[in-house]
Amino acid sequence: MLAINNLQAAIGEKEILKGISLTVNPGEVHAIMGPNGSGKSTLSAVLAGRDTYEVTGGQVTFNDKDLLELPPEDRAREGIFLAFQYPVEIPGVSTTNFLRTAVNEKRKYRGEAPLDAVQFLKLMKQKMDLVKIDQSLLSRSLNEGFSGGEKKRNEIFQMAMLEPSLAILDETDSGLDIDALRLVAGGVNQLRSKDNAFIVITHYQRLLEYIVPDFVHVLYNGRFVKSGGKELALELEERGYDWIKEEADALIS
Amino acid sequence: MSEQQTILDEITQSEYKYGFTTSIEMERAPLGLNEDTIRFISEKKGEPAFMLEWRLKAFRHWLKMEEPSWANIHYPPVDYQQISYYAAPKKKPKLSSMDEVDPELRATFEKLGISLDEQKRLSGVAVDAVFDSVSIATTFKEKLKEAGVIFCSVSEAVKEHPDLVRKYLGSVVPYSDNFFAALNAAVFSDGSFVYIPKGVRCPMELSTYFRINAENTGQFERTLIIADEGAYVSYLEGCTAPMRDENQLHAAVVEIVALEQAEVKYSTVQNWYPGDKEGKGGIYNFVTKRGICAGAHSKISWTQVETGSSITWKYPSVILKGDYSHGEFYSVAVTNNRQQADTGTKMLHIGKNTRSRIVSKGISAGRSNNSYRGLVRVSKKAEKARNYTQCDSLLIGDKCGAHTFPYIEVKNKTAQIEHEATTSKIGEDQIFYCNQRGIGPEEAVSLIVNGYAREVLNQLPMEFAVEAQKLLSVSLEGSVG
Repeated sequence: MLAINNLQAAIGEKEILKGISLTVNPGEVHAIMGPNGSGKSTLSAVLAGRDTYEVTGGQVTFNDKDLLELPPEDRAREGIFLAFQYPVEIPGVSTTNFLRTAVNEKRKYRGEAPLDAVQFLKLMKQKMDLVKIDQSLLSRSLNEGFSGGEKKRNEIFQMAMLEPSLAILDETDSGLDIDALRLVAGGVNQLRSKDNAFIVITHYQRLLEYIVPDFVHVLYNGRFVKSGGKELALELEERGYDWIKEEADALIS
Repeated sequence: MSEQQTILDEITQSEYKYGFTTSIEMERAPLGLNEDTIRFISEKKGEPAFMLEWRLKAFRHWLKMEEPSWANIHYPPVDYQQISYYAAPKKKPKLSSMDEVDPELRATFEKLGISLDEQKRLSGVAVDAVFDSVSIATTFKEKLKEAGVIFCSVSEAVKEHPDLVRKYLGSVVPYSDNFFAALNAAVFSDGSFVYIPKGVRCPMELSTYFRINAENTGQFERTLIIADEGAYVSYLEGCTAPMRDENQLHAAVVEIVALEQAEVKYSTVQNWYPGDKEGKGGIYNFVTKRGICAGAHSKISWTQVETGSSITWKYPSVILKGDYSHGEFYSVAVTNNRQQADTGTKMLHIGKNTRSRIVSKGISAGRSNNSYRGLVRVSKKAEKARNYTQCDSLLIGDKCGAHTFPYIEVKNKTAQIEHEATTSKIGEDQIFYCNQRGIGPEEAVSLIVNGYAREVLNQLPMEFAVEAQKLLSVSLEGSVG
C-alpha cells in the first residue's frame, strides 16, 4: 500500500529526514516512536504534503502512485488521512458543514455522485455511534473552543467519515487524560480492518497499550535506528531512549 | 513564497464576470455640470416645478461645498465637468407592459440573472430594473397594488405621488448633508420608490437592480422607502457595471423612514466593477444611506455585502428617534487587488430605550485597504440606550491593510455600550488542514471566508445569501497569498 524508499527531507538548510524506508501493508498498524526532535512529525507532514518541508531525495509510492507528485488534497482523496497533533480552528464552519464538503470532494475525485443532505446525515449518524461522539460538538464551529480531548475525538470522527485506507495519527495522545485517551483509542480500534492501515506516531508507550501495533520503529536523528514488534515499545518505556541514542551514535562514529 | 501562498494569490485574482457592455442607442446629456444640465434632466423627466427648484437649491449649495478628504481612501481628483449626468436608452420603455421593454435591455438583465419576465422570476420578489439613468421596468406592480404597496421608479413617484415625495424626499438625508448627497440631489436620475401603507406586511421581497452601462457617465440614483405605522418590508439592492478603463462615479442616496412599529430590512449586494488587478478603472462608490426610526418600536436593519467598486465610501446609518426603536447594521466588505473601502455605520440614539447592533466583517486581500468607520452617539435624552458593536477584520496575505476607526460619543450615563474587535489572518495552517481533508485551496478559502462572514450572510434572504456566498468566493479568487 505504502512504500517509502530512502526518503530525505529538509526545512531550509536543515536536513531532518535522512533516509527513511518503510513498507506498510493493508491491515497493519505501525508505531513510530522516538525522542523529541527526531523527525516524527516531519515524516507525517511530508507524507501529507505540507510544503514547509522540501523533499530532497527518495521515493514514496501509495497504491502504485507517486505520492510526492500529488498535491495534498489529492493525497487525501487517494485515501491518506492525517490526524493532526494540533487540529486547526475554523470559525463559523461547523464540523458537519466541513465534512460534507470534504466527503463530497473526495467522492467527486472518485467519480461518485455527491451525497445529498439526507444520505450525508445518515452516514454521520452511523459514524457518530461508532466513535461515540455527540451531535452538539458537530454543530459547533470546527475546533473552536474545543478542549484538547474534544479536538482529538473530532479528528477520529473525521477519520471515520472519510474512511481512509491509510491513517496517520500524529501524537494523538499528547495532552489527553486517560479517559480521553481510551475514548480516542476505542474509536481507532473500531475503524481497524484488514483493508486499512495505521501509522501511529507517539512519544510514549501509553497509547500503544490501547492501540496495539504490529510493528514498532524507533526514529532517531532522521533515521529508523531500530524496528521490532510491540515488545519494543515496552522496552522503550522501561529503559528510555538513551540506550538507543548511544547505540545509534556509536554506529555512526 | 510557499506553494500554498502562490495558490492563494491565484485564487484571489479572478475576472469580473459582469464586465460586458450593451450596445444600445443612448440619449445623453452633454459632459459637464451647470444649471442648464439640471434643467435638462428635470425637463427630460417631465418633473413638476418643486422638484426643479429643489434640485437647483441643492446644486447651488453643492458649489459651496468641498469634497470630503477625511476617509482612508486615495484617488486622483474627480473632474465633475467631464461626466455626463444623464444617459437613457433612446427607445422609450413603456412601463405599462413588460412586453414592450427593449429586447436588448431585456437580454442585458437576463444575462445578469435578472428576469423581467414575471413568470420566470423567483417567486416572491418584485424587481425594479434601473439602466444608467432610468428605470426600465418594475415587475409585479399589479399584485403589489392589491396590497396597497407602491413600488415604482422615483421619476414616476414624483409625478404620481407628489405629496409623499414632497413630504419625505430629503427628510432623512437633506441636500445639505454632505458633498455627494448634494450632488445627488441636484442631478439624481432615477431610483426606486416604496410606500407601504399602515399595517401592511409587504407580500413579497422588493428589489432594485442597478446597472451602469454608458461610458463617461455617473449614476446618481435615489431611493426612498417609507414604511407607515406597523408596516413591514424587506428590500434588496444589487448592482453591476461593465469593465472600463476609466473610473466611473456612483453617488447614490437612500432614505428610509420607519414610522411607529414599522420595520424595514434593507439588504445590499454591491458588486460594481472593482477595476483591474493594477487598480485601473472601476467604480467610485460614494453613497449616503440613512434611515430614521421616526416612531416608537420601529426597526431598521441594514445588511450589506460589499465586494465591488474600486473605492467604497459608505456608512448606512440609523437615527433612533422613536422610543424603543432598534437599528442594526450587518456588513461584509471585501477588498482585493487595489480596492479601497472606508465603510461602516452611524447609530444615533435619540429616543429612550433605543437599541443598536453593529456586526462588521472586513476581508482584505491583495494590496487592498479596508477600513471600518463607525459612530455610536447617545444623546442626552436617550435614557437606557444600548449598543453592541462587533468589528472583525480578516487578512488574506501580507500586502493588504485593515483599519478600524470606532467613534463613541455618550452623553447619557445610563447608556450601555459594548465594543469588540478582532483581527485575524487566513492561515496556511487552516488551508493545509482543509487540503488534508481533500478540500482544494480555492474551496478552502471560500469555506473559511464564508464561515467568517456567516453571521452577516445569515441576515440575507435565502436566495440572496446563496448568491452572496458565491460572490464572496469569486471576489477572492486569486487573492490568497
